Amino acid sequence: MSCALLLLLTSLALAMGTGTAVEIQRPRGVPQSKRQFYEENKPFTCLDGSSTIPFDRVNDDYCDCKDGSDEPGTAACPNGSFHCTNAGFRPAFIPSSRINDGICDCCDTTDEYNSGATCQNTCREMGRKERESLQIMAEITKEGFLLKQQLIHEAKRGQEDKRGKLTELKGSKKGLEGKVEALRTVKETAEDPEKEAKERHLKSWEEQKELIRMEKDKTRMAEAFLELDDDADGYVSVAELQSHLELDPDSDGSLTETETQGLLGGEGKVDTSTFETVWSGIKDKYLSEGLLDPPAPVETPQEEESRDFVSDHDSDHYPEDYAGEEEDVEDDDEEDDDHDEEEEEKVPPTVQTPEKREDDELSMPPYDTETQSLIDAAQKARDDFDEAERALREVDDQMKNLEKEIGFDFGPSAEFAYLYSQCYELSTSEYIYRLCPFNRVSQKPKFGGSETNLGLWGQWAGPEENLYSVMKYDHGQGCWQGPNRSTTVKLTCGKETVVTSTSEPSRCEYLMEFTTPAVCQEPASLDEVLHGHTEL
Amino acid sequence: MGPLLVLWLAVFLSGTWAVDRGNFKTCDQSAFCKRQRALKPGQSPYRALLETLELTNTKLTLQLINDNNKVRLLLELYRLQGNMTRVKINELKPLKPRFEVPDVLINDPPTEPLSLLSQDENGVVLSLGADSQWLIVSAKPFRLDIMEGREVLLSLNSRGLLAFEHLRIRKDTISYKIKNNVYSAWENIKWVFSSQVDPEGAEKKEETDAANELAEGETAKEDGMWEETFKSHTDNKPNGPSSISLDFSLPGVEHVYGIPEHADSLKLKTTDGGDPYRLFNLDVFQYELFNPMALYGAIPVMLSHSAQRTMGIFWLNAAETWVDISSNTAGKTVFGQMLDYVQGSSETPQTDVRWISESGIIDVFIMLGPTPTDVFSQYASLTGTQAFPPLSALAYHQCRWNYNDQEDVAAVDKGFDEHDIPYDFIWLDIEHTDGKRYFTWDPHKFPQPKDMLQGLMDKRRKMVTIVDPHIKVDSSYKIHNEIRSKGFYVKNKDGGDYEGWCWPGNSGYPDFTNPEMRAWWASMFAYDQYEPFSLSAACSEAPHLTHTALHQGSMENMYTWNDMNEPSVFNGPEVTMHKDALHGNWENRDLHNLYGLYVQMATAEGLIERSGGVERPFVLTRAFFAGSQRYGAVWTGDNTAEWEHLKISIPMCLSLGLVGVSFCGADVGGFFKSPSTELLVRWYQTGAYQPFFRAHAHLDTPRREPWLFGPENTALIREAVRQRYALLPYWYQLFYHAHHSGQPVMRPLWVEYPQDTATFSMDDQFLLGRDLLVHPVTEEGGRGVTAYLPGKGEVWFDVHTFQKHNGAQNLYIPVTISSIPVFQRGGSIIPRKARVRRSSSCMEHDPYTLFVALSPKRFAQGELYIDDGHTFNFDKQKQFIHRRLSFANKALSSRNLAPGSQFITPSWIEKIVILGASKPSKATLKTPDGKENLLEFEFDASMSVLTLRKPGVNAGVDWTVVLQ
Repeated sequence: MSCALLLLLTSLALAMGTGTAVEIQRPRGVPQSKRQFYEENKPFTCLDGSSTIPFDRVNDDYCDCKDGSDEPGTAACPNGSFHCTNAGFRPAFIPSSRINDGICDCCDTTDEYNSGATCQNTCREMGRKERESLQIMAEITKEGFLLKQQLIHEAKRGQEDKRGKLTELKGSKKGLEGKVEALRTVKETAEDPEKEAKERHLKSWEEQKELIRMEKDKTRMAEAFLELDDDADGYVSVAELQSHLELDPDSDGSLTETETQGLLGGEGKVDTSTFETVWSGIKDKYLSEGLLDPPAPVETPQEEESRDFVSDHDSDHYPEDYAGEEEDVEDDDEEDDDHDEEEEEKVPPTVQTPEKREDDELSMPPYDTETQSLIDAAQKARDDFDEAERALREVDDQMKNLEKEIGFDFGPSAEFAYLYSQCYELSTSEYIYRLCPFNRVSQKPKFGGSETNLGLWGQWAGPEENLYSVMKYDHGQGCWQGPNRSTTVKLTCGKETVVTSTSEPSRCEYLMEFTTPAVCQEPASLDEVLHGHTEL
Repeated sequence: MGPLLVLWLAVFLSGTWAVDRGNFKTCDQSAFCKRQRALKPGQSPYRALLETLELTNTKLTLQLINDNNKVRLLLELYRLQGNMTRVKINELKPLKPRFEVPDVLINDPPTEPLSLLSQDENGVVLSLGADSQWLIVSAKPFRLDIMEGREVLLSLNSRGLLAFEHLRIRKDTISYKIKNNVYSAWENIKWVFSSQVDPEGAEKKEETDAANELAEGETAKEDGMWEETFKSHTDNKPNGPSSISLDFSLPGVEHVYGIPEHADSLKLKTTDGGDPYRLFNLDVFQYELFNPMALYGAIPVMLSHSAQRTMGIFWLNAAETWVDISSNTAGKTVFGQMLDYVQGSSETPQTDVRWISESGIIDVFIMLGPTPTDVFSQYASLTGTQAFPPLSALAYHQCRWNYNDQEDVAAVDKGFDEHDIPYDFIWLDIEHTDGKRYFTWDPHKFPQPKDMLQGLMDKRRKMVTIVDPHIKVDSSYKIHNEIRSKGFYVKNKDGGDYEGWCWPGNSGYPDFTNPEMRAWWASMFAYDQYEPFSLSAACSEAPHLTHTALHQGSMENMYTWNDMNEPSVFNGPEVTMHKDALHGNWENRDLHNLYGLYVQMATAEGLIERSGGVERPFVLTRAFFAGSQRYGAVWTGDNTAEWEHLKISIPMCLSLGLVGVSFCGADVGGFFKSPSTELLVRWYQTGAYQPFFRAHAHLDTPRREPWLFGPENTALIREAVRQRYALLPYWYQLFYHAHHSGQPVMRPLWVEYPQDTATFSMDDQFLLGRDLLVHPVTEEGGRGVTAYLPGKGEVWFDVHTFQKHNGAQNLYIPVTISSIPVFQRGGSIIPRKARVRRSSSCMEHDPYTLFVALSPKRFAQGELYIDDGHTFNFDKQKQFIHRRLSFANKALSSRNLAPGSQFITPSWIEKIVILGASKPSKATLKTPDGKENLLEFEFDASMSVLTLRKPGVNAGVDWTVVLQ
């Protein structure tokens, strides 16, 4: 019956740091650190203390301890683990279930002592390879770390520059604000006399207009008197006035004598001076006996013209605007400015038209030189103010952008700052992938076709202890019957900043590998790397 | 407008994530089903011509005549060995031969003599030999009754629904084009079954009915007899109407099962007022639950069961088939039934079944039981048993559409080791191929397939790649060129190669009904035939190396998956092949449901051949028919990540098990959509106790490898998978029995407790073999389940806690997310391997732990089956160990059940756990060499569990442990 396997004490030759070999005896599968618990010929107490068994039941291929500690060298316990020394390489623990399963797990072959598997001791080879690759990695790390220092330095300087610039901008903003306020005052100061002068001008024009109007009325009254005074006796009589049916106060179609007399203020006839009072009562209705047509209708062409202007504006101007908006989303403020300007632009041509029409015979005389100079001065003050305000807005924008950049989490020492506003591409057989760190990831077919958004900057998404090892981009283009595309970017240490691979492990969930010196850790000494975890 | 509205509402309400019912026919939209279903019972025109009766040693023959049209049929009756009766009905003189299903029966079933007991003008009485069974043939109307004693077991044509549309010559070539709606539906139907009168009357009819002919032609079109259009597809029917139908009455029966595949309860429902159950292999996108719609596979076998008897009806027909079920008790309330019972009045309960097929002949096997076990044996004797799978195929399978490339495969493989979860097979779906050209690899994603396979082999793991039966029409593709040049493609009605759309675009469909085609297909699985990359790539890159071993794209650890073999034709009628497509001389109409079986048959043969006949194959299929169990495993197709789909996996696999297909499983996690973590965990826990255990997921779903849901869920899934691995010796033994004797692995409770009516409709729990009862948690947020533990006077032991429970009770079990309620029957012995390793192959030589669960009488019995796990040597060279383990009189012993066999195993008995034991004073192990050793033991008095420490005896020898 091949069954119970005998307790085996193994002699393991272990390389010491000095190169000399020493023989240590311990039960199979026990690490040096736990050797003390396995004393030959003394009862063994399970490491969890749950029971004590004779020593010949250690490694007897039957599980007695709940924690599996009595079978460090066999597969008997479901929760046990086996220690391989792996001299020449790194020691390791493997689950007990991998002992004698026909698969070589330990490079020193010690896990397959009774399975018939032919394992080669590959520890030295693996050690050599690992040493080589560690060496390469170490060199990369070393150089990368140097580069990282540089990046940190640059970032620091960049950050300082930006802070400086920000301070500078803050300063100039303050100046500009002062200037804007000052210019506002200047503007307002200039606008007051302008307003007064304009009002004055307007008032005198109104007065003048009234005079002219009164003149005209007098003339009309005189004319009417002469017209009415049919017998030229210097009086307008009831009879003379009665022919003017339009003056009928009750509009019943007949102007009676009494009515006419009423119009004449109860008199039978009036002379020129009394007619003045009568005239004011009838002048609105009075129709000159020789009078004919109403005034010509308003001209239309001008209206059409203005409508054309608006529609042009709608169809041509806006699309360009929107196209621009898509390109750089950040420039929201500028967009608003554009809008304002346009509305200003839009207003002036239409404003003057009605004025023109209202008093076409009576146009206001030009401002006098004094008023005009006040207006010019005020306009200049306005322009100066607008300009200053625009300058202030520009500074505000710059500050906002700078603050945004400064506010980005570019890593503990801002070592990732250099990636900002950069893009990196990787070409595969089908696509060109483009990573613009802190902005977006995209994919473009190599042979024509439109670009697909694989995600916009989300956040750092590494594990707690290594947050800055993974970037997450999400809210990319939606997938058919699926989620929005997203990309996980894994960062590894490298001398160069480059996208090394992309894949799509799940539909529409992309994975990108990206090397950058910014994640290189301070290298331990090579010896430490190679021997750091050995027990020796 | 009404039906349209209903249809529209159905589509609308079910949302976008449901089957598009409009793509699939209802009975009303399937011309022959509509014609047949319109027939009314009780008007059978068939009469037996007793004077034509002939009785030989092997069979009875008798002519039947349709008195309406004088067409004669030939009835053949056989008494088959093993308590079965075969009834065959064909036209006496068909215009041309009608299709008879080949390759499904494993042999010409051996007969037993019938004897004539009495005869008069009304009928004959025949003795069926065993158990005072009689067969009564009534002449007018024709009817068959099978009796045992004074009891009618089953009647044929008792409702007069035998209907045989005889082949006829089309007479209406001109007139059928004219549209006319004069005839009522009923007249149309009468016409179908009565026209084309017998030769003598023909001339007269032609003279007198000349005026009617025009009208008849039109009705032909109305009835879809010579042509039928569904959606945009027109089915040309050069052979005209050819459908058949027969009814069966089952007195005393209230429960019928089987006729998979349907997403429905285990107990079949009555179909009055709805559609019949449909059997027509179809690729149904996002299928719905609890309805009689056809799915991917069809097994025309129905079981009936009552407390007195279990029987089976095997309707051997591969054409589109519909099955109507009605019952005289179905409408009654429980109270009504009680009242009947109390008053002692009432009719006996009865179930009536009616089968309708589009073409072929009536060839029906009546399996008379009387026990469930007998019916399984009877059916197995006709169509064979479950293929005995390689042991590793019973382990866990990891699948996804798709593992993207070699690196992905390596990473997933590594993930399982890192998380210490065992698995045996990793699967590659269609994306592994070079442009969906099967038998090739994508040269960019899988440039070194052999390295990848070797990597898996080094871990003692395996791979399955998909090989579908649609072949890309591409003149640079070797497989296509060879099939085309050999003329192996299915032909369209005009004789050209049939083409349809599938994954690769335009595709041809090899004619798997052709044995030469199958042999050629099988040869393509040779290691040097599976291309490392496509021929075109090979030519340009290494023209001289195409077929060297260096470039072979397959190895012995690569197995096969046949999907889409209904066959799926994206642009075909009902997403499948046109019925007028031609397989040699036969239309797809005649043999549609057989196609998938042949694909798997040829593929399995290929895997056997490539190993020189040594290795057992493993092939998974989606489409199947009666007999498919001989070729591998089936799964329930493209299910959905929903709790209801998890629940339905139980009745779906139970139904398949009842009709021979034991190796059944559902996609763990659900194929469409993404499962919640809880659902995924519960599905693993359920799948671990179902025969085919494979996780699978749709291309568009997020990844769901077991370790992606946090350490706690990883641990839960790990535990479920480990339970599966520990139980593999028992699974293997159950499959050995399924292979040996046709007993299902996964069983409804009534199979083992046939008299316990409480179990007859149960499908939320099941038995594995006789000895394990599983009640998976399939409710979201489930806090407890109520399991029914059957068996009065029996006991059951919780396999996790060893708590003992009495049988014949509903037991409420509180559950947590880690619970998988499983019970071992008192009186059984189950072998396990407690050392779960990273694949089943790694556990091959590991020792066994025996779990002995004592009955109240302190008795237990079990078995142990061991062989090499992967070759045919168990069969060809009797290289296996089969032992009887029994506990009686305080002694547990192992003795040989197969003296003619021999096999050497290094495995030994590690531990014996006896449940329900009392504390002995000592335990002695006796071995054949006369040695006696005292065994140490532990006794847990609170649970009455006795653990014998390390008997250490080899698993293949006689031994006894005596407790004193």
